[in-house]
Amino acid sequence: MSDPTFRDTTLTGATPRESESPVLPGLLAATWLIASKDLAIEFRTRTAFFSALVFALLGLTIFFFAWDPTAVAAIDLAPGVLWVIFTFSGLLGLQRSFGVEQADRAMDALLAAPVEREAIYLGKAVANFLFVVGVQVIAIPAVALFYNVPLGSIWLSLTGIAVLAALGIVAVGTLFSAMAVNTRLAELLLPMLSLPFFVPVVMAAAQTTSRLLAGRPEAEAWPWLRILLGFDLVFVVACAIAFPYTLDE
Amino acid sequence: MSAALQPKSQPQVHRPVVEAEGLVRTFGARRAVDGVSLSLGGGECLALFGPNGAGKTTLLRLLAGLLAPSAGTCLVGGVALRADGGRAARSRVGLISHASMLYAALSARENVEFAARMYGLRHPADAAMRALKTMRVADRADAPVRSLSRGLQQRVSIARAIVHDPLLLLCDEPYTGLDEVGSAALTEALGERRAHGAALMLVTHNLSEGLALATHAAIMRRGRFVRYEERGAVDGPSYASAYRELVTADV
Amino acid sequence: MTTPDIRAAHAQAQSARTEAAKGRPALVDGWIIAAAIAVIAAYVRAIWFTPAEATQGLAQKIYYLHLPAALNAYLAFGVVFVTSIVYLWLRDERADRVAESSAEVGLLFTTVVLTTGPIWGKPIWGTWWTWDARLTLTLFLWFIYAGYVVLRGAIPEPAQRARYSAVLGILGALLIPFIHMSVYLFRTLHPMPIVLKPDRPSLPPEMLHTLLFSFLAFVLVYFALVRARYRLSIERARAAELEAALEGGR
Repeated sequence: MSDPTFRDTTLTGATPRESESPVLPGLLAATWLIASKDLAIEFRTRTAFFSALVFALLGLTIFFFAWDPTAVAAIDLAPGVLWVIFTFSGLLGLQRSFGVEQADRAMDALLAAPVEREAIYLGKAVANFLFVVGVQVIAIPAVALFYNVPLGSIWLSLTGIAVLAALGIVAVGTLFSAMAVNTRLAELLLPMLSLPFFVPVVMAAAQTTSRLLAGRPEAEAWPWLRILLGFDLVFVVACAIAFPYTLDE
Repeated sequence: MSAALQPKSQPQVHRPVVEAEGLVRTFGARRAVDGVSLSLGGGECLALFGPNGAGKTTLLRLLAGLLAPSAGTCLVGGVALRADGGRAARSRVGLISHASMLYAALSARENVEFAARMYGLRHPADAAMRALKTMRVADRADAPVRSLSRGLQQRVSIARAIVHDPLLLLCDEPYTGLDEVGSAALTEALGERRAHGAALMLVTHNLSEGLALATHAAIMRRGRFVRYEERGAVDGPSYASAYRELVTADV
Repeated sequence: MTTPDIRAAHAQAQSARTEAAKGRPALVDGWIIAAAIAVIAAYVRAIWFTPAEATQGLAQKIYYLHLPAALNAYLAFGVVFVTSIVYLWLRDERADRVAESSAEVGLLFTTVVLTTGPIWGKPIWGTWWTWDARLTLTLFLWFIYAGYVVLRGAIPEPAQRARYSAVLGILGALLIPFIHMSVYLFRTLHPMPIVLKPDRPSLPPEMLHTLLFSFLAFVLVYFALVRARYRLSIERARAAELEAALEGGR
């Protein structure tokens, strides 16, 4: 700040110009800044993404070997397996979400910055969303491959479901991640608090996938999608509003 | 309240950078900050001493916008602390702590550029490099921060704190964990900030390091200032013994 | 603080802790006794003075325990929801204490519902568990309550604990309608194995009265337990404050 009311010189001694004065980032700009920062960190280390991916593939494998194909058809099993694995690998990604801010107290720098508090939540949620969707991009084809189910025939709808489901679990999971990281039982609390909230999401996603895969008319899937959409709407807003209340201010 | 340290032909009167009146912060029944008033101008440095739990860190966190005051008023750079959700005041403040507040996986340049963008600077990349150069770590700009020594990390952390040229620089025990070289570099950097007209508040346990930079010195105890005087009025050894007395009085 | 002061403060903290630990004498008071009497009266009435239901026989009598417990579990949750909002709005720690008390009592009641449900269901439905709408919703209520209690246990700092619990209390309440909708949709589209599901048939007056009486008894129990738990949390807070003052004074 080079306001001459308070002092004479600036950092560089350069002449301050009106057009050079800073413009504080608004909500969307700050959200994107924080999200891209998180993604940059993730790209640099890649460990969390890789772990979540490996976990998903391992889970799919274990379910495969726990399955009796003579009792249950693949087309009945696969949707459930897909969305349950989605939930647990998503949790892995959510765990590390606020952990990165705890090391070296980077969260203080975020809170000291002139951005709205909601931007911190939204930025992390966006990064988590891309993380979860990224895992799904590989996990969904893996399900089709391992269980030999024609997911490709419904790929467009499946993409839509994946996006809506990811939005739902990320909205709630990001908030609970922010809370859990400040408690004594962080790794235990995040799944314990989040999973009841994930249930409507998993139910809607699995039921919809199963119906579409069975070739049922889309109208049957619509009630489930409505629940999923409603869930996303309500919880993205509610969690964004709730986030500043979790901060000590 | 004069800011300029260089002699000027026309002495200019500046407004104080920070004006606090009766700041209070409670945690439940505990009054961590219990009625603090202070006024600090550009180019001034307040060294803040006191025993653990005196409220020094809480006071700094209040001024940095990390905590909301329970009572009292405060202006930073002429704007109220809570105006515009606190954003206006926060944009004028830089925070240095014993924790680096950096992202270990990212490079020094990326860390400081991120900060530059968060503070809305027009040319974040240039500002980041300038700050890193000022702190003499520009040559290690692209190494991941985790590969730097603690002293260098602290310098990057200071670069991050000053990239937006804050009016008020808050330093919470920044000397912790620094060796002699690092401490000397820190003192030089803070002195330079002061010379550029920023106001400094420095919390430290090290009396000599604190008094070296200070234009004012205060001792805090149980949330209040129990001593507050200009540096010129402070005599090193007697201050040290008075401080020791105050700190041990509670035991 | 001088040494005699410190000793006195230590003694005070110690006695506050002992009081809190023993849970006496303030906790067993008139309300608890009245509630206990009401519940006993309700069961005497239910077991001996109410006619047995025709098709279900004696097992149906557990219904007088099951339904009032369920309704009060939901009542307790409603209280948690409202006090959570009040806390975030006013930051009054009393709201947090009520929320805490109501949640623990609610957890107790929910556990009662989940255990009596199968006990009732087995002789009548032939199966221990059925995913009927109410039982499922109660199960989720149990999960939220359990999460709430574990969350509180993991946060030592009172203000942070109150804030986080309040957020969970509000979000949990928002979840309930979605669980309800999902379960309802699930059940209508999934023909469950046909069971003789004895919904409440038109109840003769004596049964209705017993049910009502039982319900009121449980409300009394709820109120008495919450009150006791509330006072326990005040004692604990006082003890913690004294200890903190000792730390700070040093």
